[in-house]
Amino acid sequence: MTSGLWELVLQGVWVTIQLLFFSALLATAVSFVAGVARTHRLWIVRFLAGLYTEVFRGTSALVMIFWVFFVLPPAFGWQLVPMWAGTLALGLTYGAYGSEIVRGALAAVDPAQKEGGIALSFTPWQRMKLIMLPQAVPEMIPPFSNLLIELLKGTALVSIMGMGDLAFSGNLVRLALQESAEIYTYILLIYFVIAFLLTRVMRGLEKKLKAGVGKAPQKKTAAVRVPEGSGVS
Amino acid sequence: MKWDWSAVSDFMPHFWDGLLVTLQILVLGSLVSFGVGLVWALLMRVPSRWVTWPVGVITEFIRNTPLLVQLFFLFYVLPEWNITFSALTTGVVAIGLHYSTYTMQVYRAGIEGVPVGQWEAATALNLPLARTWTAVILPQAIRRVVPALGNYVISMLKDTPLLMAITVLEMLGEARLFSQQNFQFTEPLTVIGVAFIIISYLASLALRALERRLVH
Amino acid sequence: MSTETLPNPEKSPEQGGGELIRLEQVTKRFGSNTVLDHLDFAVDAGKHVTLIGPSGSGKTTILRLLMTLLKPDEGTITVDGQKLFPATEKERREVRKQIGMVFQQFNLFPNMTVLRNITEAPVTVLGMSKDEAVERAKGLLDMVGLADKCDAHPAQLSGGQQQRVAIARALAMRPKVLLLDEVTSALDPELVAGVLDLLRDIARSTDITMLCVTHEMNFARDISDQVLMFDSGRVIEAGPPEKIFSEPEHDRTREFLSAVL
Repeated sequence: MTSGLWELVLQGVWVTIQLLFFSALLATAVSFVAGVARTHRLWIVRFLAGLYTEVFRGTSALVMIFWVFFVLPPAFGWQLVPMWAGTLALGLTYGAYGSEIVRGALAAVDPAQKEGGIALSFTPWQRMKLIMLPQAVPEMIPPFSNLLIELLKGTALVSIMGMGDLAFSGNLVRLALQESAEIYTYILLIYFVIAFLLTRVMRGLEKKLKAGVGKAPQKKTAAVRVPEGSGVS
Repeated sequence: MKWDWSAVSDFMPHFWDGLLVTLQILVLGSLVSFGVGLVWALLMRVPSRWVTWPVGVITEFIRNTPLLVQLFFLFYVLPEWNITFSALTTGVVAIGLHYSTYTMQVYRAGIEGVPVGQWEAATALNLPLARTWTAVILPQAIRRVVPALGNYVISMLKDTPLLMAITVLEMLGEARLFSQQNFQFTEPLTVIGVAFIIISYLASLALRALERRLVH
Repeated sequence: MSTETLPNPEKSPEQGGGELIRLEQVTKRFGSNTVLDHLDFAVDAGKHVTLIGPSGSGKTTILRLLMTLLKPDEGTITVDGQKLFPATEKERREVRKQIGMVFQQFNLFPNMTVLRNITEAPVTVLGMSKDEAVERAKGLLDMVGLADKCDAHPAQLSGGQQQRVAIARALAMRPKVLLLDEVTSALDPELVAGVLDLLRDIARSTDITMLCVTHEMNFARDISDQVLMFDSGRVIEAGPPEKIFSEPEHDRTREFLSAVL
């Protein structure tokens, strides 16, 4: 492989990383909004959040990407640049999976904690912010870590739309060299390394968050307490 | 937004063709993933690092890299090695292999969930190891893991459109072909989008019913 | 309850009262905890031996070593003149054919019918024909009073019924030695008597060698030829039940008996 072709691959890595970053950001925001909304006291809010989750989990990420690239522009009259179209499709799809993680972790918080918050006459939003989320978030990290890897794998789908990500650069090199084993092996290895690094980062984050909650000085309320044994793992 | 029902009815014959191929990929891919995943899970129990280490690395690698690139790899590399399959077969192998690295984890949990007393009873009756696996452990483990395996079948359904990238005409492939020929994107893409939602919803209902039956 | 159908290993000459089981200098540790400490003891063929003692004293460990569910850290175990430890897995499999075990938690195979639970090992291990195995299994089920439960699955039976099936399953292999590991501990009180009566019958009417760990002292008194009192991985007192239960010599034995009787 020539250095020119390697440059192509490196550009692909950069596009993949940008896309991963933006879509992970959107997916996280969507996860929390939809996940928290599913615990809302109004049924209509719960219903809409649930509907969103079911629809976006029910469909295929690639179909969603096609839809965002080909159906949205004529229907609404705006054309997104590929990076934002990819971010939108991936962020909304993986955000739907993420909202299940958020909902599950919130549901797993000891109900006594919620009662503690009620006893201290916190508003629902204060309960969420001060009691529920600080305890639930560390528990979300391992499943979010898995989801992030799935999202990384999902970013390759935009290559089908002609976006110059890592997978796309592999196709270009294949066409240039008329040889596929070597380049696809490299491409897979690069994805694997990125996935490995992401897993490491998430593990570090989990440790930090759990230690943070475990060591947290007693705040305004004794209700912010972590169950036995969740301090280290 | 303009919606053209005649485009929908024009597309429907292609839709049914695509659906058939999608279901074919799903059934065959599931069978591959169930079989190969079980092999991985059993290999991981061989008490030798010479086996578990390579199997662990290979499966981690497959699980943590994109199915799409794996599809390209098999589709373009295998012919270079003078191994030629149809695009559909290549796709089924790739998707089955990819998901086998998930099903292996399901099997592992299922096997570990069989009470240790079952192993002890098999030893006490002097059952040979192979018989212990086939008659005692696996029947109990597999019963436990059916719901989890079912969830991966539903996940796999949503990955079947990737085979379009290697020329397989499943639902999305049919929709794209139709769109390019008729310059109508909205209707076919929406039809298959809705179809995916309906199929995965029905599948999850069926799975829940199955789960209830297995629980009793 | 018919006793004719009991498997009745003939009184073979080499076994007539001779030594069947021997443990020499057996040590078993779990981590830093030494459960058996250079233990020696022997059991003669046809004898019914009960191991008593406080929990954690190593009684169950002996049964599990004999069943090869555990490996000793040191020492030798011999059954019927053949080495169980140290030995190759292949040799062990041969020796193990002579040993059966009934567990506290029954450990029936839930995916098989009651009948299949009993016929599985005779067919696959002893190479018995299916018809013969079924016939014998039915005889055994008749003996344990569950002839009508052939086609039931274990989950459909009460604990006591499951344990009786487990006893039938062990006997179907015609073992020379039957290991009974607290077989009534997991049963509801009202179901205990039925299982103990069955074991009394078996003890009376067969030559099978029994090694029994139990907390049922009356049962131990009834069936035992010999009682071994364990404490901290050692046998501190041994003798016929009349002696152990009526005039124990050792203080620890007295303490233990006064606590459980």
